[in-house]
Amino acid sequence: MIQAILVFNNHGKPRLVRFYQRFPEEIQQQIVRETFHLVLKRDDNICNFLEGGSLIGGSDYKLIYRHYATLYFVFCVDSSESELGILDLIQVFVETLDKCFENVCELDLIFHMDKVHYILQEVVMGGMVLETNMNEIVAQMEAQNRLEKSEGGLSAAPARAVSAVKNMNLPEIPRNINIGDLNIKVPNLSQFV
Amino acid sequence: MALKMVKGSIDRMFDKNLQDLVRGIRNHKEDEAKYISQCIDEIKQELKQDNIAVKANAVCKLTYLQMLGYDISWAAFNIIEVMSASKFTFKRIGYLAASQCFHEGTDVIMLTTNQIRKDLSSPSQYDTGVALTGLSCFVTPDLARDLANDIMTLMSHTKPYIRKKAVLIMYKVFLKYPESLRPAFPRLKEKLEDPDPGVQSAAVNVICELARRNPKNYLSLAPLFFKLMTSSTNNWVLIKIIKLFGALTPLEPRLGKKLIEPLTNLIHSTSAMSLLYECVNTVIAVLISLSSGMPNHSASIQLCVQKLRILIEDSDQNLKYLGLLAMSKILRTHPKSVQSHKDLILQCLDDKDESIRLRALDLLYGMVSKKNLMEIVKRLMTHVDKAEGTTYRDELLTKIIDICSQSNYQYITNFEWYISILVELTRLEGTRHGHLIAAQMLDVAIRVKAIRKFAVSQMSMLLDSAHLVASSTQRNGICEVLYAAAWICGEFSEHLQEPHQTLEAMLRPKVTTLPGHIQAVYVQNVVKLYASILQQQEQAAEPEAAQEVTQLMVERLPQFVQSADLEVQERASCILQLVKHVQKLQGKGVPVAEEVSALFAGELNPVAPKAQKKVPVPEGLDLDAWINEPPSDSESEDEKPKAIFHDEEQRQARHRQPEVDEEELARRREARKQEQANNPFYIKSSPSPQKRYQDAPGVEHIPVVQIDLSVPLKVPGMPMSDQYVKLEEERRHRQRLEKDKKKRRKKKEKEKDKKGKHRRHSSLPTESDEDIAPAQQVDIVTEEMPENALPSDEDDKDPNDPYRALDIDLDKPLADSEKLPIQKHRNAETPKSPEKEDVPVVEKKSKKPKKKEKKHKEKEREKEKKEEKEKKAEDLDFWLSTTPPPATAPAPIPSTEELAVNAVTAPDNTCEGLRREEAEDENDEAEQDPERKSSRHKKKKHKKEKEERTKDKKKVKKKQPEPEEEAAGPVENGAAEEEPAPPMSSYCLLAENSYIKMTYDIQASLQKDSQVTVSVILENQSSSFLKNMELNVLDSLNAKMARPEGSSVHDGVPVPFQLPPGVSNEAQFVFTIQSIIMAQKLKGTLSFIAKDADGATHEKLDFRLHFSCSSYLVTTPCYSDAFAKLLESGDLSMSSIKVDGISMSFQNLLAKICFHHHFSVVERVDSCASMYSRSIQGHHVCLLVKKGEHSVSVDGKCSDSTLLSNLLEEMKATLAQC
Repeated sequence: MIQAILVFNNHGKPRLVRFYQRFPEEIQQQIVRETFHLVLKRDDNICNFLEGGSLIGGSDYKLIYRHYATLYFVFCVDSSESELGILDLIQVFVETLDKCFENVCELDLIFHMDKVHYILQEVVMGGMVLETNMNEIVAQMEAQNRLEKSEGGLSAAPARAVSAVKNMNLPEIPRNINIGDLNIKVPNLSQFV
Repeated sequence: MALKMVKGSIDRMFDKNLQDLVRGIRNHKEDEAKYISQCIDEIKQELKQDNIAVKANAVCKLTYLQMLGYDISWAAFNIIEVMSASKFTFKRIGYLAASQCFHEGTDVIMLTTNQIRKDLSSPSQYDTGVALTGLSCFVTPDLARDLANDIMTLMSHTKPYIRKKAVLIMYKVFLKYPESLRPAFPRLKEKLEDPDPGVQSAAVNVICELARRNPKNYLSLAPLFFKLMTSSTNNWVLIKIIKLFGALTPLEPRLGKKLIEPLTNLIHSTSAMSLLYECVNTVIAVLISLSSGMPNHSASIQLCVQKLRILIEDSDQNLKYLGLLAMSKILRTHPKSVQSHKDLILQCLDDKDESIRLRALDLLYGMVSKKNLMEIVKRLMTHVDKAEGTTYRDELLTKIIDICSQSNYQYITNFEWYISILVELTRLEGTRHGHLIAAQMLDVAIRVKAIRKFAVSQMSMLLDSAHLVASSTQRNGICEVLYAAAWICGEFSEHLQEPHQTLEAMLRPKVTTLPGHIQAVYVQNVVKLYASILQQQEQAAEPEAAQEVTQLMVERLPQFVQSADLEVQERASCILQLVKHVQKLQGKGVPVAEEVSALFAGELNPVAPKAQKKVPVPEGLDLDAWINEPPSDSESEDEKPKAIFHDEEQRQARHRQPEVDEEELARRREARKQEQANNPFYIKSSPSPQKRYQDAPGVEHIPVVQIDLSVPLKVPGMPMSDQYVKLEEERRHRQRLEKDKKKRRKKKEKEKDKKGKHRRHSSLPTESDEDIAPAQQVDIVTEEMPENALPSDEDDKDPNDPYRALDIDLDKPLADSEKLPIQKHRNAETPKSPEKEDVPVVEKKSKKPKKKEKKHKEKEREKEKKEEKEKKAEDLDFWLSTTPPPATAPAPIPSTEELAVNAVTAPDNTCEGLRREEAEDENDEAEQDPERKSSRHKKKKHKKEKEERTKDKKKVKKKQPEPEEEAAGPVENGAAEEEPAPPMSSYCLLAENSYIKMTYDIQASLQKDSQVTVSVILENQSSSFLKNMELNVLDSLNAKMARPEGSSVHDGVPVPFQLPPGVSNEAQFVFTIQSIIMAQKLKGTLSFIAKDADGATHEKLDFRLHFSCSSYLVTTPCYSDAFAKLLESGDLSMSSIKVDGISMSFQNLLAKICFHHHFSVVERVDSCASMYSRSIQGHHVCLLVKKGEHSVSVDGKCSDSTLLSNLLEEMKATLAQC
């Protein structure tokens, strides 16, 4: 079982927080923070497993993470999951994000947290691995996006225009957010067959 | 209304969407909280509007805020509103928000039931999917109960997308609503064979999760998983299954044996590291579950260790880590194989990666020996000094203690060294493990008598410098060691050099800052010290000095009397009075030492940790019975105060189910135990009249007072453990020299042989463990156990484990009452009776059998249940007893010993086997065999039930292999193969003369139904050179030799090689056979030219090539169910033979038959075995071989009677030689 999936950036800002076990919000934040500190200490060239210990669930649980550019993807799993399998799963997830967002970068995750959640829902459901075939995941996502489009989306076009006008009145429009090297490079790691 | 709509959409224009919100937050870095609270206010406004799009937008933003740590549960109702929107876009937002913030405590969650049900049955698969995904995150027991049936229906949905989600969510449903497991399980099992790989993988996933928690209930699925494992190519599925097998093998060692081969194959063949790693892991689990005495598995262990070494040496840190992890599992059972990789592991200790260092530490545990313990610990101690971060340091500390104390201090040769290591460890700053060190000190001091003197001197020094230890690290519990120090100094005070000084150290005012439980020990041991000082001084006739000591006591004890700790206060005031009394007596000049010492007379022995548990309950004592009546809530019970225990019990029993009752009792017992353990005033019945050693209480009791003092501590006068390493080296060296001397003196005459050894001894510091004699006279006092202790070792399960509820027997057939609740109209909420329930059954398929069962009476059903369960269990037995095709070696090799025993056992087993072979109908007769019944809890079979069974398709399926299953404790093929075998050769002599010797063997292959290959070994026995060899036979109508194209039937076939003197080689010739039911002989000639120094001669050798019927048989493995079917089919004719005067063991007999006649053992029970083989032309040959005292009978069945009788004749000839 997967207990939690956390995505945060190099500064510990959460980009996706998905717990499959109930924790109150403040505890969730604390876990994210502590996990961040645990992971931050580690070089990129040391192993990607961490015994989370007291963090979540006790000694049966492990933190398995990968670091892509500005983002950390951390999975907290118990002993029923294969360590290397989860590493591959993270890779599948990131590659799927890359496909769905077309060259995913941290900004995509920042502004489309909901979409990231929807993609994740096609990969992991209720803490269990649902699908590992990237093409299948992408196909389902696309089908759902089409469905959403046919319904007119969340904000219909005119409203969006108005919203843009309204935004113009704001003194500071963050057009030039600079987060450095934004593109998450998805290395071609050995693919899980 | 229209106006309202317009207004709504105008308002919307000014709403922020998610992107705006994110942007805004990023622009308000300095007053983020304020900005967000402003946004939340806006969101609250938006939620009040009627427009669902506005609401959805608001909820979407809330989800984002939730991620930032804001509680959004106040919007739960609005989230439900958005969930129930008709558009997928909104619905998805709603469900996402719900999955992030709903939980069991959300009160509005019950309002969702109907909405979710509606969505589950929505025509759009994505509505259903989104509902399932959401539900998987917030399912509650109520939701699970109400929706279980709907979800189960979805498991058979036409879309695989829905099916896989439905399958997966069932696990959550089972967790929340365990009653659903049994009704849903059959369908879940079906999904294991779903055509869609995603669904299949989901089902495997769920069952693996279930089985991991309660593996024994899923053993019966092993055959199915085995099939999946050998057929699946999906690595995810394979990994899951292989992990599952790892959990199952400890319960069923036979499963392990079956697994080894396919797993080894996977290890060799797979390129995916993850799969390889899991395979290795499971092989390890298998090897652990098998008895370690099996030499045949050393190859597998070697393979695993080898592969792991490759992982550890890999530059990828992940693989390194995992390799070490798996290595530590092997270590537990096969330490030897890991020890050879010590170099590698020590190397990992220096890795920069902490995770890897920790894993390497784990492994060290098994690496130590007497020889290298000091060296390894020294190395660890330097790590301790270097280590940053307390976690790793604490880990090091516990490991050092673990390593040293393992198996009763087996590897410690010098306890002085160990004590000084412990003392050195007390100087660690900030460790949590003070109590561990303390426990070790106590343990060593108590159990190693010879060390006490040294220990006491060290401890008194510790006490002297107690202020250092206590003040700097009080918070972290290192002061626990003072507990041990005080106790050791007190208890063994006779060894103290300067007891007076120690006494003063223990009475220092600073002591009162220590935690209560330590002070209490101080107080108690001060008196012990005092007593021994008194004694010394009275013996030395120094009454003044004695009085001085008493005076000191009287002065200092009051500081303890004022202690806030009850225990300290009580002991102190008690002792103060005692000392005052002593003072009075001393004033009168009365010698008191004797009496004071009498307070502490007697020796303390350690008591085994489990001793208390093992005290047998005296007969007639019911610990669970109430002594007094339990406090009752209701008045009515108060009115009957005179109820006796018995009545009380009965009343309770009536209220509850019997099983629940027991569980409850167990829980209560557990609770009571817990309570007693925590209750300091609970008087435990002591196993012996001796004083008992109390364990140091945990660190929790220590008040949290932090006094920082970060000055490195070097206590003067304390020994450094390092010096011992040197000393030890010298000591060992001396020992060796002495030994060598002795040897030399003794065995002067053998000097010559031994020289080499001696030299090595003196030059290299290598020696075997046994050579090292411990420095101290070590007599480790063994722990005491109560007399007639019970050898029980029940593992305490956590009663709060949520997975325990899922410990459900899945093999029992479903009872009527076990159904998933089905939605009904609101007014039909009357308690559901089973009769009413089956009206709108959705999943007819799975419920059909239930309906049928219902027709029968309760009793029969009971019986059937039992039967079915046994059947299942046997199914497994049966599957395990057969060997899968790849596992069958072509020629099982027989054994000599083990089965001699089997041959003697029960003759009725033999006849059982017979019946089994003949026909199923005879089962009833077999029933009457009382012995078998008792030995196997045999089920009863009534014809009625049989008929009934035939009605039920599923059951029939299971029944088929049944006749086979009757066998008691079947022995599988594998076992036979592992025994040592007498050498056998299938080559028999063809012809021989002074030049050449010909031996031959006939090989048949199932691929060619009318061809056999004859391999002839030609051995040159002469000193001539043989060449131009040509083999020719006289073809018969039935058998012809295959000749090269274009040659006539009379031409010979050239042998493709020449033979120098003394050389042999093998040539192969193909023969075409028409009918194989008869044996036949072909005449032939080998012609050749023999050339030697004198010249060349033309020679020839005649031979007769014998094609026995057996040579047309091909060893073919056969599953026993197929075998049984074959026998039942009735197309086989039967014949039998009997051979007397056989002395060979049955095992060897079988091996002979397997070897010479190409049979394979289908199943073996004691001295009876069924065997199978197949001819190249597809004849089935089944044998039942039984061994009597000195005879063997073979019953055969075959599709051709002539073939059978010929075969049996051949077999008779073989057996006659036995």
